[in-house]
Amino acid sequence: MTVMSFLGAIGAAQREAMEADSRVIIMGEDVEANVYGTMGGGKSRADRGDFLQMFGAARIRNTPISEEVMVGAAAGAAMTGLRPIVDLSYSSFLYMAMDQLVNQVAKNRYMFGGQASLPVVFRSAMFYGLNTGAHHSDRPYPMFMNVPGLKIMVPATPTDAKGLLRTAVDMDDPVLSFEACMLWGLKEDVQDGEFRIPFGVARTVREGTDVTIVGIATGVHVALQAAQKLEADGISAEIIDPRTMVPLDSDAILNSVARTGRLVIVDPAHTTCSAAAEISAIVAEKAFDCLKAPIIRVTTPDTQIPFSPAIEKPLYPDAAKTIAAVMKVMQPRARAA
Amino acid sequence: MIPPNDLLLEMQKRMLRIRLFDERASKMVKRGEIPGTVHTSIGQEAQVVGACMALGASDYMTGNHRSHGHPIGKGAALGPLMAELVGKATGVCGGKGGSMHLADFKVGSLGESGIVGSSIPIATGAALSSKVLGTGRVSLAFFGDGAANQGCLYEAMNLSSVWGLPIVFLCENNQYALSTPAHTVTAGVIAERAAGFDMPGVRVEDGQDVLKVYEAVKTAVDRARVGHGPSLVEVITYRFNEHSEGLRLGTDYRNPAEREAWMKRDPVKMFRACLIERGIAEASVLDALEADVAAEIEAAVQFADESDYPEPSVAFKDLYTEPFGVTQ
Repeated sequence: MTVMSFLGAIGAAQREAMEADSRVIIMGEDVEANVYGTMGGGKSRADRGDFLQMFGAARIRNTPISEEVMVGAAAGAAMTGLRPIVDLSYSSFLYMAMDQLVNQVAKNRYMFGGQASLPVVFRSAMFYGLNTGAHHSDRPYPMFMNVPGLKIMVPATPTDAKGLLRTAVDMDDPVLSFEACMLWGLKEDVQDGEFRIPFGVARTVREGTDVTIVGIATGVHVALQAAQKLEADGISAEIIDPRTMVPLDSDAILNSVARTGRLVIVDPAHTTCSAAAEISAIVAEKAFDCLKAPIIRVTTPDTQIPFSPAIEKPLYPDAAKTIAAVMKVMQPRARAA
Repeated sequence: MIPPNDLLLEMQKRMLRIRLFDERASKMVKRGEIPGTVHTSIGQEAQVVGACMALGASDYMTGNHRSHGHPIGKGAALGPLMAELVGKATGVCGGKGGSMHLADFKVGSLGESGIVGSSIPIATGAALSSKVLGTGRVSLAFFGDGAANQGCLYEAMNLSSVWGLPIVFLCENNQYALSTPAHTVTAGVIAERAAGFDMPGVRVEDGQDVLKVYEAVKTAVDRARVGHGPSLVEVITYRFNEHSEGLRLGTDYRNPAEREAWMKRDPVKMFRACLIERGIAEASVLDALEADVAAEIEAAVQFADESDYPEPSVAFKDLYTEPFGVTQ
């Protein structure tokens, strides 16, 4: 085991993937200079340098600020033998390449009857909660859940970031990786060497019997804080981290709800059409009879993200809101006769 | 440099294939035998074939909504193309693409596109593969005068230039974006925009002459292949049919005299006359060629006719390499 930060884990996954397969290349703004710290670093930095020194300029490619062609060219390259990782910096920059992501990346394999495969990963960071204002604070993974053809990972721990990203690079389908910046510095023991975590398999973060809390990205950590406090009040919360939104491990959520009968979802996305909304719908459709109380979504209200710390922070899900939601679903309910 | 005789005859054959294929497709749309609509390349055959024949068999190509000529020009089999237009399981895309999304990877056709300009970055990526993997393949992006005003073209030209990618940007300037005359929405000369990206830009004024197109594109392809980077080739041409088959507009946006003048410069007839005049083929040989191509079209239509429609489950196939989730 090695203590690794979330950011270091992403770097390690990228390095191992680059070492394992010469078809893997990285392209993006400022990747040569390793601006965000995911292109090398750690203990080997003094001897081996960053990725540019390790892998050379043919495979570590600085791009102009041209998201549309970055995404489209990565797709075209993936269709013809490369396995690109595209570093798109901020998640809100994905919108600059919306046509390529939605009309080309997601559709080409399908439209062309399986002639194309697109082994390509688009990484982007969600800078919410860091006072960067409305243009840098988006959590847009739910938008892309509505685009069949894409796979989506939203890791919450260094281990998951490393294992899922490695799976993503090795996979023949296009993947969007949404990485929460607030988690960048989070450290934990990560198993040594290469490992892969499958998509579509949720992680049970904590076992419990009274309520299921599904957490996404920072929502997992919010749920953990809440669960610790709830335990003091005698309420046992089970926490599920889906880890990938597409495919979504709905069975894990349904099985948990079947045991607890209650569901709270902590999702930093905007409420309307959030991942939480979709999970709510799945549980309402498939496990209605198990539910002892209505499902509650703890999400970010449908407003834009303001700059001022005084008014930004209160918008996101936190432990207090999560506890309040759990207390509400725990209230005894009078059943209609 | 005049290409060898067999290449010249192949050019005429591929132009004839496009002409007869699209004439047939046009009829089939009007009879309701092809669902949806199609955009024909009738009148633009020289521009398409001149460009495609300048590429090698393993070179890459992407296209747009005026979509049948490109794969035909690149050598795709006609039967699966026609079956795709009709929506059959034997279609080149299994019936999931249709006219606007034809692709035949076997001949380097990486896909047409229903979004104007959208396939240009894809062609750029194919050129990147070629450069990184050292395959020596050249990539060509077909786009119209309409797409010449899309931002992604300039992102792609800039990236290709700074990375020295082996790509040819091929602007098929048929002078109208649907009903909008290009000169009313396009500043300056498209070919001259290449200068801003430090790449050669040439304009083929007579895009009805297949040899002139071939020569200009061949120069760009050869340059790309030896590692000298991208070029922009603008070809002036004219579509003889409406923007799409069955489209009826209340206004006549094209000057009848202009249209008539261009119709007299039919690239298929012009090249036939050229082949006879230069003593490359006798009229009887060219007649036989036309008959052969007509038979190919008949066979393609019959293949499409006799093929089955896809099973409903096919709607859920090929979304991902490994199926999951929704399958019914």
